[in-house]
Amino acid sequence: MSNNSKNKKTNGQSTRLPRKRFYRARAHSNPLSDSHFPIPISPSDVDYSHHYPHFFPSEKCDHDNDNAPTPKIRFADIGCGFGGLLVSLSTIFPDTLMIGMELRDKVTEYVKERILALRASNPGQYENISVVRTNSMKYLPNYFGKAQLSKMFFLFPDPHFKEKNHRRRVISHQLLDEYAYALEIGGIIYTVTDVEELGDWMRSCLEDHPLFTAVPEDELEVDPVVKLLTSATEEGQKVARNGGQTFMAIFRRIAYRTDLLLLCNKPNPTTHSNAI
Amino acid sequence: MDEEEVSMEAAENSSKDVAPALIALHPLESCVAVAIGSERRLFDLQGKRSVSLSDNTGGSSHSDAIRAICFGANGRLFVSAGDDKLVKLWATDSWHCVRTICSEKRVSSVALSHDGQYVTFADKFGAVWIVDLDEDGNKDAMADKKAVPLLGHYCSIITSLEISPDGRFIASADRDFKIRITMFPRKPLKLANEIQSFCLGHTDFVSCLSFVCPPDYSEGFLLSGSGDATVRLWDYKSGCLLDTCEIGEKAGFVDYKEVEKEASPAVTNIHSFPDGSLVAVAIQSLNGVMLLKCESSTKTLSFLKTVYMEESFIPTSLSLSSSAKRLWVIMGASNLPSPGSSQLLTRVRVVSNLDQFLLDPHGCDPIILEDNDIPGGENLLTRLQGSLYASKEEATLAATASALKVAMHNLLIKKQYSEEKRELRKRSRNDRKQKQ
Repeated sequence: MSNNSKNKKTNGQSTRLPRKRFYRARAHSNPLSDSHFPIPISPSDVDYSHHYPHFFPSEKCDHDNDNAPTPKIRFADIGCGFGGLLVSLSTIFPDTLMIGMELRDKVTEYVKERILALRASNPGQYENISVVRTNSMKYLPNYFGKAQLSKMFFLFPDPHFKEKNHRRRVISHQLLDEYAYALEIGGIIYTVTDVEELGDWMRSCLEDHPLFTAVPEDELEVDPVVKLLTSATEEGQKVARNGGQTFMAIFRRIAYRTDLLLLCNKPNPTTHSNAI
Repeated sequence: MDEEEVSMEAAENSSKDVAPALIALHPLESCVAVAIGSERRLFDLQGKRSVSLSDNTGGSSHSDAIRAICFGANGRLFVSAGDDKLVKLWATDSWHCVRTICSEKRVSSVALSHDGQYVTFADKFGAVWIVDLDEDGNKDAMADKKAVPLLGHYCSIITSLEISPDGRFIASADRDFKIRITMFPRKPLKLANEIQSFCLGHTDFVSCLSFVCPPDYSEGFLLSGSGDATVRLWDYKSGCLLDTCEIGEKAGFVDYKEVEKEASPAVTNIHSFPDGSLVAVAIQSLNGVMLLKCESSTKTLSFLKTVYMEESFIPTSLSLSSSAKRLWVIMGASNLPSPGSSQLLTRVRVVSNLDQFLLDPHGCDPIILEDNDIPGGENLLTRLQGSLYASKEEATLAATASALKVAMHNLLIKKQYSEEKRELRKRSRNDRKQKQ
């Protein structure tokens, strides 16, 4: 509903991009606190036709969806901030639906306006990106089904230096289980930070996880997305301006690593078939 | 903060610690266990005598409300855990404590694996821990053994934890409407990393889970009860919702949807026969028990009957005996705002004749046993209820139902603030203050 009214507003203002100064928000938001925004009951409960009107033509919605499978979101930018990465990715993968997830409502509003303005000034473009306000640390399974995503991005997340706040970090052993659930086999998780301590933490979490393996160096060099991690986002540009260092950890979702089983002192090959 | 808010929060704090009385049956119905507050009351049905637990391990005993009790599937172990952050395991043959596990946080739920090899428990922060019980005999090593993390819901109270009968999956339910099905780790005591599915569909907190395995459907189902006044049936391997039973309507709360949302009667407890032929459901503000049946051929839930009890009897917990076809029901709560007596009172009722009822649902009714007919008789009632004449303490019992409702609400429902109150809170925020 609100999407529609926004649409009209931006159409009236034609193609002006929203200005960040009107969307000032606090730099951090507590992911542990109770959320008071609507949460979809399950992935099938989300109506994406508002988000991607081009990919969900209204005539098709009236008929049965049997003739064409409903397009699915494939990329998720967790904590998308002001949406710089989404905007850059949009033109590289014009046929891939991608969504940004952001907890701060004002920032989400900004990204919404930004996308609408981009669509208005570049007809036919930027139709594949959108944004939702949610706490992805809590509600990721409410948005994505099993093995739905092919890429997930965690760019410059909050470092949460204090040890007692480590459980607020967006990459953790527990949460990687959920990210592995949402990612397809072969899907890639991209993380980058300018805080060395957090970089080490994210890398070690991913290395310890049996469902992820590091993407080899030569593959990273040819991946067009990797360069965007530091250049496309507002946070990355800020780091570059200040001449800061960045720490990347890019891992691939794999099937359960059986080599770990071999190391186990009590091998038990009879139990558990491969469920994936 | 205005006065109203202060008084509201004070009221919330005082009722926070109200804990429901719990009941658990030994799988062979050789023993009944009741937990109320920090007390455990056990009665040996075979020997027809009270049982007292003894603890020689030097670990401390429960000092705060017990939130979860259960017997292992083979009946050899009994677990109790709760707000005092202790998980205590007892051998059911000698009733000695075999182990005390210290949790970092309050424990909200426990489950024993069906082979009795592992105990898992969930804490208030949404983490699930596992302890290997394998090495019997070596007591020193056991005492030192710490729980290791198994999985976690991100900062959400886990309300129920169940391990599938085949031991391959562990199901955990939380107050964020979620049921997570995780593959039990292939390598013992490693993190359970592989999520099989999420069962999503409840619109309020999920309060209880129960696995059923009908003989003609070996895959098995999962049943869940929730604050949204429904019991749902899931194909838990795919996370697919098979059927929803609107127990709120069935129980006669027809217009609960029109009334405030808070009035929707939450499902407080589910217990089922392992084959799903009978599912007993306890519901907030229903003076009785609802009986359902899981139809494996059509993959549906069908409503059988509501067994009504006396007006003031709102069950807090129930347990089915598959061997004797009896249903044990308990009502009671600890830390009531206005305790009627120094003894913690509970009321136990037993429903019998369930096998006849299942054979002929229209001809035979389940029978609610009179106090004299309950197995174990007076001795059992004196032991489990705290008083033989608990039924006479109506005022106390009547207070429990409403107190529990408030307690459950405070624990599991997110606090809703009106727009004005939120503004008020914002104004008193520290970063705003400095600017003004």
